[in-house]
Amino acid sequence: MKLVMAIIKPPKLDSVREALSKVGVQGVTATEVRGFGRQKGHTELYRGAEYVVDFLPKIKVEAAVSDELLDKVLEAIRGAANIGKIGDGKIFVGELQDAVRIRTGEAGPDAL
Amino acid sequence: MHKSTSHLQATVFAVAALSPVLGLADETPTLDSGDTAWMLTSTALVLFMTIPGLALFYAGMVRSKNVLSVLMQCFAITAMVTILWVVAGYSMAFTDGGTLHAWVGGLDKAFLAGITADTLSGSIPETVFMTFQMTFAIITPALIVGAFAERMKFSALLWFMGLWLLVVYAPVAHWVWGGGWLADKGVLDFAGGTVVHINAGIAGLVAALMLGKRKGFPTTAMPPHNLAFTVVGASMLWVGWFGFNAGSELAADGTAGMAMAVTQIATAMAALTWMFAEWISHSKPSVLGIASGAVAGLVAITPASGTAGPMGALLIGLAAGLLCFLAATKLKRAMGYDDSLDVFGVHAVGGIVGAILTGVCADASLGGVGLAEGVSISAQVVTQIVGVAATAIYTAVASYILLKVLDLTLGLRVDEEQETAGLDIALHDERGYSL
Repeated sequence: MKLVMAIIKPPKLDSVREALSKVGVQGVTATEVRGFGRQKGHTELYRGAEYVVDFLPKIKVEAAVSDELLDKVLEAIRGAANIGKIGDGKIFVGELQDAVRIRTGEAGPDAL
Repeated sequence: MHKSTSHLQATVFAVAALSPVLGLADETPTLDSGDTAWMLTSTALVLFMTIPGLALFYAGMVRSKNVLSVLMQCFAITAMVTILWVVAGYSMAFTDGGTLHAWVGGLDKAFLAGITADTLSGSIPETVFMTFQMTFAIITPALIVGAFAERMKFSALLWFMGLWLLVVYAPVAHWVWGGGWLADKGVLDFAGGTVVHINAGIAGLVAALMLGKRKGFPTTAMPPHNLAFTVVGASMLWVGWFGFNAGSELAADGTAGMAMAVTQIATAMAALTWMFAEWISHSKPSVLGIASGAVAGLVAITPASGTAGPMGALLIGLAAGLLCFLAATKLKRAMGYDDSLDVFGVHAVGGIVGAILTGVCADASLGGVGLAEGVSISAQVVTQIVGVAATAIYTAVASYILLKVLDLTLGLRVDEEQETAGLDIALHDERGYSL
């Protein structure tokens, strides 16, 4: 099992969610986060006082998926979140040791 | 703050002409229901400028951890000044001061002694006049709040504002509107450019300097936390200001109508000027900029609103928009003082621009009502400058002394930990947002 964590632009959340459902992902967690990458921040100006805002608002999408599904998931996220501009985000993939469905106690891939 | 002389003369003439026919004795003041209705309305409008107008205007500009502290300060000042105005403030501003009359009024009307439902002030009940003036006395100290926002102790603030009202505001109001020495000199200040805005703006600068900069200023980002509040507040100020300026005629007449028109014109002009100035110098027009420009225009037209015409309003709006923009965005950076919400840059600078241009725009050649017989524009401008300088010096010195005494006794500033935590939690045990 893999844990896929994608940092995406906020307006892309709905299309990413749809694309993931289409390839068979059953559950997704989304969190509002702030961060910076190669896009860097932007500047804001209030009555002549200029502030550099380093951390831009992004959405972190997390999904636990089976090994077989991984490639499709990566493709789905890329397809849905890609605007073609710097700052579109990144996808991270990690090994997932276990998963347990709280209601039934099912564990491993069955719990996904 | 007088009924225009032409109106008065007309009334006197009419009464004199009718007297023999109707068998009236000498001119006795009578209540005019139209005037009274407008002044009741104006009073509500001016109170609305402070709560919630100014309170929101300021609250939006501070960081979210201090939003309640600013709202609280404006609200508490509203309540406290009301009581102090009843106790002594009104009397000190608007009664005969005997031998001290040039400087301050007396205490004959302390606790509103002698004012009943039937007492008149001109053509309106004195209760209405007293309450109308009270709303001016409320907004003036509330304006100062913006200068030391996010760092002053609440207890020290209450002491300062209470003392300032009696020591600074009431006498200065007396100088200009209560028959004091500036009134005798012929200073034109229809609705309070000097009494309200220069007075508060200079006191704000002194307070900002005495309290010192906020922790982290100017290196740490301190962006406004909710500009929507600020725009809503500025809009309420704009609307409420019709009571402030057109109400200062104390009657529902042609001068009040012109005051309303020039207020609207100057405000729009200043809002656009600030917006375009920022668009040109920083490449984008900002919401905070256009709202600040509107307030600058409102401030600057205030002293001129009873004497300037539409052309004068355009000139005053243009000058205020540009100069206040420079003061708030460039001067503050260059000088390095931390006037948190630009009380000096907008109210003192706008007030001074307005007070001086009042002397110019009152002239008939610029569409004004005309200067007093034999007074040239330059002579009137000199008189205006005397008014500005006297007010600025007095409020600066008196505010300094009051703050110094409070600093040595109570302490003016919250400690560093409280400042970091935010005044809402540190001083009021509350949070503005539980999201």
